[in-house]
Amino acid sequence: MRLRRTKLYLPGNNPNMLLRGHLFNPDGVILDLEDAVAMSEKDAARILVRDVLKKSDFGDCEVTVRINGMDTDLWKVDIETVVPCGIDGIRIPKVEDPKDIVLMDEALSQIESKAKIPVGRTLIFCLLETALGVWRAFDIARASKRVAAICPGGEDLRADLKTTRSENSEELIGPRRMIVLAAHAAGVDALDTVYADITDDAGLRRETEWVKQLGFQGKSVIHPNQISIIHDVFTPTAREVEQAQKIVEAAAEAAARGLGAVQVDGKMVDKPVVKRAEYTLQRAGMKAGGEKR
Amino acid sequence: MTINAAGRNIPDSIPGYGEVRHFKGHDRRPPEGCRFGKRNRTAFNTRRDKTLPDIKAAISASGLKSGMTLSFHHHLRNGDFVVNAVLDACAEMGIRDLVIFPTALFGVHKHLTKHIQSGVIRQIMGSVNGPIGQLASEGGMSVPVVLRSHGGRPRAVTSGEVVIDVAFIAAPTSDKYGNLTGAVGKSACGSLGYAHSDADYAQCVVAITDNLVDYPAPCIHIPQFFVDFVVPVDRIGDPAGIVSGTTRVTRDPMRLLIAHNAAKLIEATPYFKDGLSFQTGAGGISLAVAAYVRDAMRERGIKGSFGLGGITEFFVDMMKEGLFERLLDVQSFDLAAVKSIAENPNHVEISADWYANPWNAGCAVNMLDTVVLGATEVDREFNVNVNTEADGAMLHGIGGHQDTAAGAQLTIITTPLLRGRIPCAVDSVYTVTTPGEVVDAVVTEFGVAINPRRQDLIDAAREAGDVPLVTMDELVEKAQNFTGPMTPVETEDRIIGVVEYRDGTVIDVVKQLKKK
Repeated sequence: MRLRRTKLYLPGNNPNMLLRGHLFNPDGVILDLEDAVAMSEKDAARILVRDVLKKSDFGDCEVTVRINGMDTDLWKVDIETVVPCGIDGIRIPKVEDPKDIVLMDEALSQIESKAKIPVGRTLIFCLLETALGVWRAFDIARASKRVAAICPGGEDLRADLKTTRSENSEELIGPRRMIVLAAHAAGVDALDTVYADITDDAGLRRETEWVKQLGFQGKSVIHPNQISIIHDVFTPTAREVEQAQKIVEAAAEAAARGLGAVQVDGKMVDKPVVKRAEYTLQRAGMKAGGEKR
Repeated sequence: MTINAAGRNIPDSIPGYGEVRHFKGHDRRPPEGCRFGKRNRTAFNTRRDKTLPDIKAAISASGLKSGMTLSFHHHLRNGDFVVNAVLDACAEMGIRDLVIFPTALFGVHKHLTKHIQSGVIRQIMGSVNGPIGQLASEGGMSVPVVLRSHGGRPRAVTSGEVVIDVAFIAAPTSDKYGNLTGAVGKSACGSLGYAHSDADYAQCVVAITDNLVDYPAPCIHIPQFFVDFVVPVDRIGDPAGIVSGTTRVTRDPMRLLIAHNAAKLIEATPYFKDGLSFQTGAGGISLAVAAYVRDAMRERGIKGSFGLGGITEFFVDMMKEGLFERLLDVQSFDLAAVKSIAENPNHVEISADWYANPWNAGCAVNMLDTVVLGATEVDREFNVNVNTEADGAMLHGIGGHQDTAAGAQLTIITTPLLRGRIPCAVDSVYTVTTPGEVVDAVVTEFGVAINPRRQDLIDAAREAGDVPLVTMDELVEKAQNFTGPMTPVETEDRIIGVVEYRDGTVIDVVKQLKKK
């Protein structure tokens, strides 16, 4: 299992951030060629991102590039430039149609074989930023084996839903739930959108706790200072880990003795409880990441 | 020419500076001679008022003539009016060819350019921050600037290597008999630490104040028996440039990352224990290190003994919280520090001599455990440059850099690996300010390099497990990999700046920039 608690956006035209983003220990970085880059700077940013990908060592980070949308004429040159550098994945904005994912899959395969990279290595992360995209979430998630996660949009999605931002983002409750449902039905991760107010640590924590409860595996991040808070929420506590260990051990012992269900601390432990405990241990076993302030 | 202990090829004599004593390594120049004595004088009890109507009257009364040496302190920082006013008066009185000996000059002193160009000022001995430094770097001064550290300067004064003819002391408060304080007044600046040696050793002392009070003044920092004349003026400075309002810890993630790496190193060492002493600057990274160290002290229940140096609200709050017993303050940076030094007996003013002079019976830096310092660049030998920028311009003073690095048990340099596209870890620094032999660790966002001389620290950091250790060579190579080769600075042969080590030897020189 790959931890994707935090995915840090790095503006593709900012060498300072591109070189240093991984030092803040997010689980992944997103080198952004889309919204962070003005139309007049697209070529320069693409070249810069390519050079950074070639030169920099990102440590344990999952390295992805947000390319320009498939409704523009930039996406092909974007992937032709960055995929041969051996990145972990691309993030496609404003996905609405599963057919586009099929098309992207084929294009990626061609570039990979030409660049002598194992075909299928480059994963796809889909941003669903319109009502139609969210509506088709399941089909999009299943359109290619490369799809690793689907993610709701923020402001774009609000605009498409003909609504605005409210204090608790109530307008996104429905889309977020749909994405969680579609992602887990399709066997991919559900990754949440960014929390825009970079000075409101308490608000970020509240929202992260809420989306974790909904079933998301992580969040996109626009400022390094947000990483430790999100990791804190998504990383199991020592008590949770201890409890999970007890459950997994008891289940293993029961299985060895041919028993179906066992009790731990007076509570019945059945299959879903064991499954959740195993998931907790998986998440805890990974690197801690982030810097606690 | 002689290659000194810092590996620099230095002439044996420099025009306008004189014979060079070469740097032979830290603590290699033993003190010589006796403390300097100034002329005796008296003020009979028939003269019970030292005030004079204006600066010109004081200049006349002091006997100041062309060719003499004038000193100033920099406690009013970029809000200072006094240096400009005194030099304007000298110019109007036809006095020329002066040597000015400030503890530092700031952007506000760009005004002196015309006095340099017209020959009123011949030489500057002191830190030249900003525009005057640029002017000197481009060859705008006929005699080299001499840079000394906060400890090296009082050493030069107390040993008589520099004789001050007239010290002009900006005093936020004075009485008519010359008792001075920085703690109160509309231009309050807190400590007057840098002015003490000047008051004690100058042949004549003129206080300039914008708050003349009844005798005796409160909270006396510099007593009456040093001061010859007192000049009341409307304003000695602009409070907005003297002290900052509040000091806030940065939210800049890169600075926080560097600071956190530094704090992890500090926590890993044996110096992080009850009774610790600590100094940082007021800059973004330094203050953030202090914040992390404070949090760790709280968490582990550690109580420190003293905070040293330039004091900020942050240190004042740590003392109030019981994390320090006392503050030893040579320079107060913000309003909270000014208020504290006036009210709290545990917030002690110290002179630059007390703070950092290597030629006395023991200065405060010798008792310091940990200091966190900055750099414009560092090199493979851990040498540090704080004086010149990547383009070769001499824009910064030494401050207490050499002194605290030499005195502290743990000297940490924090710096980003790159500033923009300029590498800060290089093969060899352009100017050696502080020799690598007194530097223990360089902390960047890409990791912490510990001087191989300190195997004990390397072991401690390894044992702690959370210090991201790298070697200095790795840092230099990483920086080079990002930036590619830099175009070397092109210079003339003429020396425009002499960098003294704190013991008065010459550690490096700065050459005039070639015209582009």
